[in-house]
Amino acid sequence: MIRRDTSDIVFRRVLAVFPISILMLVAGIFFQLVSASHLTLNKFGFGFLFHSTWDPVAENFGALPFIFGTCVTSFVALLLAVPVGVGAAVYLAEYAPPKVSKTISILVDLLAAIPSVIYGLWGIFVLVPFMRNTVQPFLGKYLGFLPFFQGPNYGVSFLSASVILAIIIVPFIISVSREVIMAVPSVYKESAYALGTTRWEAISDIVLSYGKVGILGAVILALGRAIGETMAVTMIIGNNPVITASLFSPGYTLASVLANEFAEATTNMYLSSLIEIGLVLFLVSIVVNILARILIWSVTKGPGQEIK
Amino acid sequence: MKKVLALLVAMVVATSMAFADATLINGAGATFPYPIYSKWFDEYAKANPGVLFNYQSIGSGGGIKQISAKTVDFGATDGPMSIDQLTSAPGRIYHIPTVMGAVVIAYNLEGVTKGLKLSGDVLADIYLGKITQWNDPRITEQNAGVTLPNSPIVVVHRSDGSGTSFIFTDYLSSVSGAWKGKVGKGTSVNWPVGLGGKGNEGVAGMVKQASGSIGYVELAYAKQNGLSYASIKNQSGSYIEPSLASTSKAADGAAIPADFRVSLVNSANPEAYPIASFTWLLIYKQIDDHTKGAAIVNFIKWAITDGQKYAEDLDYAPLPSNVVEMIQKKLDQVKY
Amino acid sequence: MKLPSSSVIASEAKQSFKDLIRSSFEQTRFQRALWDHAMVYVLTLCAVFMLFILFTILIHLFIQGFTSLNLDFFTQLPKPVGEKGGGMANAIAGTFTLLGLAVCVGVPIGLGAGVYLSEYANQNFAQVVRFMADVMNGIPSIVYGIFAYIVCVLPLKSFSALSGGFALGIMMIPMITRTSEQFVRMVPSQLREAGLALGVPKWRVTVDIVIPSALAGITTGIMVALARVAGETAPLLFTAFGNHYWQRSLTEPIAALPLQVFTYAIAPFDDWHRQAWAGAIVLILMVLLINGWAQFYVMRRNRWSSGK
Repeated sequence: MIRRDTSDIVFRRVLAVFPISILMLVAGIFFQLVSASHLTLNKFGFGFLFHSTWDPVAENFGALPFIFGTCVTSFVALLLAVPVGVGAAVYLAEYAPPKVSKTISILVDLLAAIPSVIYGLWGIFVLVPFMRNTVQPFLGKYLGFLPFFQGPNYGVSFLSASVILAIIIVPFIISVSREVIMAVPSVYKESAYALGTTRWEAISDIVLSYGKVGILGAVILALGRAIGETMAVTMIIGNNPVITASLFSPGYTLASVLANEFAEATTNMYLSSLIEIGLVLFLVSIVVNILARILIWSVTKGPGQEIK
Repeated sequence: MKKVLALLVAMVVATSMAFADATLINGAGATFPYPIYSKWFDEYAKANPGVLFNYQSIGSGGGIKQISAKTVDFGATDGPMSIDQLTSAPGRIYHIPTVMGAVVIAYNLEGVTKGLKLSGDVLADIYLGKITQWNDPRITEQNAGVTLPNSPIVVVHRSDGSGTSFIFTDYLSSVSGAWKGKVGKGTSVNWPVGLGGKGNEGVAGMVKQASGSIGYVELAYAKQNGLSYASIKNQSGSYIEPSLASTSKAADGAAIPADFRVSLVNSANPEAYPIASFTWLLIYKQIDDHTKGAAIVNFIKWAITDGQKYAEDLDYAPLPSNVVEMIQKKLDQVKY
Repeated sequence: MKLPSSSVIASEAKQSFKDLIRSSFEQTRFQRALWDHAMVYVLTLCAVFMLFILFTILIHLFIQGFTSLNLDFFTQLPKPVGEKGGGMANAIAGTFTLLGLAVCVGVPIGLGAGVYLSEYANQNFAQVVRFMADVMNGIPSIVYGIFAYIVCVLPLKSFSALSGGFALGIMMIPMITRTSEQFVRMVPSQLREAGLALGVPKWRVTVDIVIPSALAGITTGIMVALARVAGETAPLLFTAFGNHYWQRSLTEPIAALPLQVFTYAIAPFDDWHRQAWAGAIVLILMVLLINGWAQFYVMRRNRWSSGK
């Protein structure tokens, strides 16, 4: 039996301050954001989310263009990153020689560690000119009949931002999906082979169908990162609050409007609406993360174990 | 791990001990005068090693906001604060003009490196999105002899709260009724079209990168980066190239009010470049910290006299002498 | 990661194998072989494409970065706008100061919470805290910047190193909590029991036996967290704010490497672009070095445990 003396109880209580402070922090962030944005919460209510004017002169604020920009860039980024990322993960886990697989995985982890401001720097000087001179004219020429690929070509655009986001989240998708795939016991695959399946059939029907929940969780976590990604996007999206079908158009996202305008909002109403955008970002990221955790936990049976 | 921790803590302490004897004055705001301000702060620090000025060019909107929140010791702006902003600030704020500058219309057009001519209403319509092609008849009729391409105009504006935007929109509002009605003037406005660049730096960077683009930046930014810029039609109908001389002319004959909050755009002077303005430092009348107050006032006295000689090299117009005298009187009222 | 319980797997497996057998009858043998072959190429292509892009970026960064570096970069202060030369010495020092402050905030809370979760918490409470820590991990960094602006910058009436360090520090908390809990939990229970059997109070066992045994792992966790926040820019935009000089006090604005890279990258001056690349490579090397250090600790720990 554990001996209970006073010092032990004191220690336990003192230590309990720390986990409680984590809960307090999350609650504190929420509370601070709500109280600092009460001006716009009161004035615009839920209309703030569905209103598309952003006019600091008339103090008329709506977050819709930013929500639109965040949704479009994140969605297109996932569209680009998920197939390639999962494909590469399958290759690394199932086809590549173990040594190659391990080396590449280390490289991929290295890329995941590069700060986003550096992706932004690369975006400005390499990606944007490339998009303007090569990719966007090409898309405009051959797919120009689609509304997504019409309009003037500036280089800084929803599309460029989506591409940089895809590049940022792909190492993340690869490394989590690879772990998930490798965790499927080989005995299932072997039984499939015993039934006379081809290698691909074993992978697609057995391995991926077990791994799908874990992979989905990884994708949703990646979505969370894409939504919150600030610097790289700010540097190459063009910073213009519009809602349009064209991916060539410059846009704006929730995170990038904060990066650009937060330090310089001149009026209280302006500041309050920016903080409310922060609140939206906070709530959206919480919902996305809860969703991802539930999916991942349903595979790992609780939060004790973690997909590394 | 203890070693690592100790190392980190030692680093924090060591770095914060160094230079503890100098006074650091923090300022933030306009990017428009940033080249001259950073030159001044550098030169002033050489002559007065005990005082360091840290200036972050975050935009005039930021300057107004941060001085109002008292998170900086001084602000800087190119668009004067509104009466509302002044009354809601926690203390009386003075506007101190430091230099004059021109907002130029920079463009990036292959084959047209010089001499594009634009009038105010055409400029307004470009920024309203009514004129979208470089070879629009309204542009070509002002530019006989210049071949303009059949390509879209890439409009660039500021994404942050900006005094340069204030000067520019102030000008557009004074020449275009449509602009005044639809958009108005301000440090941040609801731009009908275009891309946003952060700071004068950001706009100049974007214009430099994108062919077919047009943007407004302070003259120094255009010159330093080799950008082409347009001559603008002024009130008396002549096309004026932005320069020191034509900028100075904008203040000639303008009545300077006691609080210095005056707009110089669209000057009636026939030789004046029409998009020119003062740029101001924002300081409290009552500065709480005595050392900082003295340092700020001494610096301003230096800047409006000895400091003015650095202005011309960086393409800012020096203050007219009557304004310098007015400022010196004003500074005597500052308490610290 | 752990897999679903065996009964779940068994039922899912049955279904998958049924599908598999049915689908293999529907396609001819030739078709199946063709698919199998084609997929090898498709997946390899995914991996190669991915690697090509990632390598291009990495090589570009390294070449641009190293050719831009010079001694001035490490020893000089920034020059006035538009003038050539100067360096980021103060920003490099500033980043270290900010990281030091972040450690002061993040480590006590993160470590304390991790130890509490592992040694003392009841399961329900632990579950809630873990969940919140994971949620916190997913909150976009710019939101932490806003939070630090509201609770630190405004009350202190100044942008400051403290508020920047605070923002980075709270970002480290959830990462450190999760990793230190994992590593503390991995300490064999015999060690604890041996201590308790000697009549030592539990808190002494925790402090003198459990934590030191898990120290290598905990340090690794801290290093990884440190590497992640070292490149963060968004939370510093309106907290640390930037400074052209050496910092002299923690209550004044401070320069930071990522912040400086951002400012220089979006500016039009060629020499600033060069310095932005140089800053980027220094930042990358710093992040990699901290990560490498962490790997070193892991390796040492592994060597110990395999020696036992």
